Amino acid sequence: MTSTFDRVATIIAETCDIPRETITPESHAIDDLGIDSLDFLDIAFAIDKAFGIKLPLEKWTQEVNDGKATTEQYFVLKNLAARIDELVAAKGA
Amino acid sequence: MNLEYFHLIDRIAELRLADRSITVEARVPETSTIFEGHFPGYPLMPGVLLIETMAQSSGWLLIALMQFQRMPFLAAVKEAKMRTFVTPGELLSIDVSVVHEGSGFTMTEAKIKSGGKLACNATLTFRHVPFPHPDLRGHMETMAKQIGFPEQMIHG
Repeated sequence: MTSTFDRVATIIAETCDIPRETITPESHAIDDLGIDSLDFLDIAFAIDKAFGIKLPLEKWTQEVNDGKATTEQYFVLKNLAARIDELVAAKGA
Repeated sequence: MNLEYFHLIDRIAELRLADRSITVEARVPETSTIFEGHFPGYPLMPGVLLIETMAQSSGWLLIALMQFQRMPFLAAVKEAKMRTFVTPGELLSIDVSVVHEGSGFTMTEAKIKSGGKLACNATLTFRHVPFPHPDLRGHMETMAKQIGFPEQMIHG
C-alpha cells in the first residue's frame, strides 16, 4: 500500500513540476522545495481530493503567526503526512 | 457593465446556494473608451475583462456562500479560453459553480455564454479573508443592492 508520504510527494512533484527523487520525508515544502503559498493551494486542493479531507490551512497559518506552532510541524513532509493521517482517522471516527 | 469603473456584471439572475452555483447577466456597453484602443474600427471586449467578469461573478457566489462575512480575492486563473469574439452590445450570461472549497480558498469553474453559445471559460482560484476594511464591505453592500443580491443575505 502506498504511504501517505509517497502519495503527497507524488502530488507535489506533479503539481509543482519538482523531480520526485528530490522530495524526501525531511523536505520542508517551503524552505527546501521552494513552494509558495499560491502553489500550496493547488497542493492542498489535490490532497483534499485525494484523501477526502480539508487541510486546515487557515488554522495552521494562524498558529504559526501566533507563535503557537512552527512551520516545520506542518510543512516538513513527514509531519504533513502525519497530519493528513490524523485528519483521515478523525473523519472515519 | 461599466468598463471604466470595473463594474462588469449587471444583475444576479439566479443564485442557487444548495447547488453552489450562480447565473449572472451582463451587457457589454455599446461604447467605451476601451473600445477606442481595443481595437480601432474593430471593437472587441478584451479577454482580461472577460476573465474579470467571470471572477466578479464567482466572487458574488462566494460572498453569498460565506454569508457576506468574507471577501474573495482572485488568486489564480487556469485554462482560460477565449472561444469567440465578444463585441459591444452583446448580452452575456455567466454561469459559475464551485469546484472545491478549501480552507481559506475556493476554486470555481466559470463560463460566459452569448446568444446561448459558449464564449469563454476558465477555472479560477480565490483566497478569501474576513472583510479587511469597513469601506470595502460598505462598497460591496452598495454593489450587492445594485445587482440584486438577496437583501436578507447582506445583513445576515
